[in-house]
Amino acid sequence: MVVPVRLSAAPKPLARPVLYSGFHPGAAMEQAKPSFPEASIPEHRHADALIEVLHQVQQQRGYLPAEALAQVARDLALPLSRVHGVATFYHLFALQPPTSHCCSVCLGTACFVKGAGVLVAALEQRLGLRFGARSPQRRDAEGSDGDAWSLREESCLGACAQAPVLRVDGQLVLGLPVSDPSRLAACFGALALPDRAAEAA
Amino acid sequence: MSVLTLWVDGAAVAVPAGASLLEASRAANVEVPTLCHLDGLAPVGACRLCLVEVDLPGDGSPTRLVPACSTAAGEGLVVRTATVQLQRFRRMAVELLFAEGNHVCAFCVANGACELQDAAVAVGMDHSRFPFQYPRRHVDASHPHFVIDHHRCILCTRCVRVCDEIEGAHVWDVANRGSHCQIIAGLDQPWGTVEACTSCGKCVDVCPTGALAHNDDTTAEKRAARERPALLRSARERQRWHNQGGPP
Amino acid sequence: MASMLRCCSASGCRSAGGEALQQALVEARSRAGAGDGAPVIKAVGCLRLCSRGPLVAVDGPAGSVLYGEVPSARAAELLEACAAPPRAAAARRALASHALDLRHPFFALQEPVVLETCGLIDPESIDDAMAHGAYSTLHRCQAELTPAQVREQVRLSGLRGRGGAGYPTGLKWDTVALQPPGPRWLVANADEGDPGAFMDRAVLEGDPHRLIEGMAIAAWAVGADQGLIYVRAEYPLAIARLRRALAEVQARGQLGSLRLRVRVGAGAYVCGEETALLASIQGRRGNPRPRPPYPAQLGLWGAPTLINNVETLAAIPAILRRGAADYAALGTAGSRGTKVFSLSGAVRHTGLVEVPMGTSLRTIVVTMGGGVPGGEGADGGVKAVQTGGPSGGCIPAALLDTPVDYEGLRALGSMMGSGGMVVIDQATGMLELARYFMRFSVAESCGKCVPCRAGTVQLLQLLDRFCDQRASPADLAQLHDLCAMVKATSLCGLGQCAPNPVLSTLRHFHQEVVSALAVAPGGAP
Repeated sequence: MVVPVRLSAAPKPLARPVLYSGFHPGAAMEQAKPSFPEASIPEHRHADALIEVLHQVQQQRGYLPAEALAQVARDLALPLSRVHGVATFYHLFALQPPTSHCCSVCLGTACFVKGAGVLVAALEQRLGLRFGARSPQRRDAEGSDGDAWSLREESCLGACAQAPVLRVDGQLVLGLPVSDPSRLAACFGALALPDRAAEAA
Repeated sequence: MSVLTLWVDGAAVAVPAGASLLEASRAANVEVPTLCHLDGLAPVGACRLCLVEVDLPGDGSPTRLVPACSTAAGEGLVVRTATVQLQRFRRMAVELLFAEGNHVCAFCVANGACELQDAAVAVGMDHSRFPFQYPRRHVDASHPHFVIDHHRCILCTRCVRVCDEIEGAHVWDVANRGSHCQIIAGLDQPWGTVEACTSCGKCVDVCPTGALAHNDDTTAEKRAARERPALLRSARERQRWHNQGGPP
Repeated sequence: MASMLRCCSASGCRSAGGEALQQALVEARSRAGAGDGAPVIKAVGCLRLCSRGPLVAVDGPAGSVLYGEVPSARAAELLEACAAPPRAAAARRALASHALDLRHPFFALQEPVVLETCGLIDPESIDDAMAHGAYSTLHRCQAELTPAQVREQVRLSGLRGRGGAGYPTGLKWDTVALQPPGPRWLVANADEGDPGAFMDRAVLEGDPHRLIEGMAIAAWAVGADQGLIYVRAEYPLAIARLRRALAEVQARGQLGSLRLRVRVGAGAYVCGEETALLASIQGRRGNPRPRPPYPAQLGLWGAPTLINNVETLAAIPAILRRGAADYAALGTAGSRGTKVFSLSGAVRHTGLVEVPMGTSLRTIVVTMGGGVPGGEGADGGVKAVQTGGPSGGCIPAALLDTPVDYEGLRALGSMMGSGGMVVIDQATGMLELARYFMRFSVAESCGKCVPCRAGTVQLLQLLDRFCDQRASPADLAQLHDLCAMVKATSLCGLGQCAPNPVLSTLRHFHQEVVSALAVAPGGAP
C-alpha cells in the first residue's frame, strides 16, 4: 500500500466514472506491494549495524580489504553485493590500503574563496602528485611503503573561519599563506612534506 | 475495499484505495511512460519518466510533480500526465540517459525489444542535445548462460530488485555513487564466480535494455519476459497462477 | 566569584594552538603555586571570533576581557590579568595588543539564545552544565506541563527547522505525536555537510548538553522513548564530546527511560536529507526515497520518526525556559527567533554570529564582519554573499540590505540553508563559484535519479565551457533549460536545489555570464 497524499477538500462530482474492473498485473499487485518503496524489505536488526561494523573494521585494518567485507557479510548474514554497495557509497570507507602519509585539502566554500586552488597546485608540485593521486606502491619486505604520499580532497572540515585548511597525517593546519609562495614553502617544510620537485632537479 | 475517485487528464476514474497514480492512469486508458518501474517490483521513483502533475483539490496549493509509480491515488486528485512541460522534461530525461551510457541500437542485442528505445520513440527523441559522455565501462561474460554489458545499463535497478524481492538471492546491488554508480555482482566480482547466483535468469527477463542478455543472443535477438515478476508474485502471494501460458 | 580563564577548546582554536596555550596556563599556574585564590582554567566551547584564535577569556575582579592570538609564552601574563585590579592592570596593559573589543558590533550585536551557554561552560563536565541550568527546563516541563502543552509552546514560538527548509517545528512535532499509538523515534540531524557551515559543530563541541536536553524535551513531547544523533564523521571532537556527555547524563539518570545513542556517518552529504539519513541509520546506502510518506508518518523501522536539526533542538530549552512569546518577539513575522550563522570567506572577522532573524545582510557582513579585508566603501568591498551552500545562491552587494529570513532569501533565489554565510570578494568569479558548487553536487549525488546523476554532470560541463570562454548562446539556452529540468524533476532536495547556485548567478550576475560567452566564430555552434 502506498500512503496517500493528504487531502483537504471534498471530492468533485464525477462526470463519467470509469469503473476500475479490468485485470492487469499492477492491479493484482496492490495487496502484495510493500508498504513503501525500498525500506520495505524486512529489516534484521543486525543489518542496521553494517556501517558501524565497517567503521570498526576500517579502524582495525586501516582500510576494508575484500576478505574483511566478505567476513562482515557472513557475520551479519547480508548479501555480499549489499555490503560492497554500502562500503563504496561513503567517502570515508577506503577499499585500498592507505599510504603511510596523507595530505588532504579542504574544498569547502570558504577555502575555495580563500585560495584552496592555489594550495592544491602548490602541493601537486611539491609532492609530484596529481590531485586525487597517490605515490606508486612500492612495498618492501616488511610491508612498509616507505614514505608514499597521497594527495586528496576532504569535504568541509568546519574550520571555515581559518581557511584555507589542510590536513597532514590527521593534523589540521589552518590559514595557509597561499598568497606568499615562500612562506607557503616554509609551511610545507615545517610539516615535513617531501619536496619531490627539488629532489628531481 | 474502499474506492477512490480521481481525475486523470480530464477523465474521472475509480480505483481501489492503495492504487498508485500509475494504476489510476492505466484505468483511464492513459499511457504514462516508465523505465525503472516494473509491475511486481517495489517502485523506486528513480527514472523520473512517470512524473505527472498533481493538483490537490480546492486548496490552491501549487501544482506538484510526483512520480506516478510510487505516489498513491487520492480522493479528488486532479492529475495531468502529458502537459507540454512534462513532455519536455521527459524528453530531456531520455536524452540524458542516452548521453550517459553507450547506447548503439544498430548492433544491440535488444534492438526492437528495448524499453529505452521505446521511451525515446514515445517522447519524440531522435537525437540527444547533450554531448555523449562515452564512459569507459566493461562487459562481464563470465556467467555460463548470461552476459552483462555495462555500457547499456541505465541503472534502473530492476535486476537488483527482482533478484532480491522475487528470487531472494540478492546477487546484484549498486556500487559507488553519482555518475560512477555501477551494478555489481557479489563483491564487484565476475558474475560467474558469485555463488549466490541461482542462474534463474530473472534479471535478464526484466532488464529494460540490452545490458543483461543470454550469451547466445546476437543483434536484435533478446527475449525479455518483463511480465514475469508480477506473475510470480501473484502466484506466490495470492495463490493465483497466471503464468501457465495458453493451451498446449 | 573566583577568577577564571576560559580557553576556547573548539576544534578551530585547538588547531590554532589553543591546546598548547591551555597546557602552558596550567603549568604557569602550578609554578606560581596553586593556592585557593589561583584562577580556574577551564576549557569552553566556541568564543565566536575564530579568525583570532586561540581565544582566551579572562574573568577577574577587574572585569572580563577576551584575548586573541595569544602565544603560549604569555601564559603567565594571562594569569596575572585575572588578579585583583592593581596587579592585573599591568598585565592587561602588556596584553593590550591581544585584547579584543567586546563592544565591537561583532560581539555587541549578537543575541545568544542557542549559544547562550556556549563559551561559558566546560563541554566535558555535566556538573558545570547543570550549574548553568542544563536539564532544569526538562524537569520543569515534565513536572508542570503536558506533552501537548510543550508542543503548543513550540508551535507558538514560531520556531522553524534550522536545517534549511524552514518547516514549522511545532507542526512536525504534532504530526509525529498524533500518529496512531505505538513506538516513535527521535533523530537529531547532526550531519552538517554544507561546505562553509559550522554552527552545529559549535553546539556539539561547545554545549552538547543543550542538544541532549532539547532532544529529551522533544522526545517527551512526541512520545518517543528512543533517539539517535547522526553525526558526520568529519567532526571527531564533536563525536567524542557528545559520547561523553551522553554517558554522563545517562549515568546520572537525568533522561529517565529515554535511550539516546550516537550514530556516526561515513562521509555523504546527501545523508543530511531526511529519508537518506534514515536509510543510512539503518545500515544502507544513503539513497533518498520519494515522499510522502514522510518520516513523521513512516520512519525508522516503520515507526513515526521526528527528525530535527541540531540548532532546532538546541533552541528548545531556551524557548521553554523563556516562554514562547519571549522567543517569538525576536525576529520577523514569518521567521521568529534567532539564527546562528557561520561567517567566513573574504571577510575580516570570521566566526560564529547569532543574531535575530531579519537582521540585514549588511549588518552581518559589513558591520559585524567588517567587510572584505582592505575593502572600501559602504559595501566594504563585498561582491556577493553566498548563503545556503550548494543548495543556495549568491546575493549581490546591491541587495545587502535584504533582511535575512526564510522568505527574504528565497525571494532572491537563494535560501537560508543551515546558516553558512560565505563572503565573496571582487577577485572571485561568479561562474567559477557556480562551477565549484556544481562540482560538489556531482561528487555528492547519490546516483539514484536520472536528473541529478546525469543532469548535474552535463551542467558541470556546460559551466566548464563558460569558465573557459568557449560557450555559445545555445549553451546559455541549454543551461537555462537543464537547470529548470533538474530543479523540477529531481527526487530529493539535493538534486532539486543543485541548480540554485547557477540560477542565482544567471539572475544577479548576468553581465558576467554574457561576457563569458565565446567571441564568434570560435564558440559559435
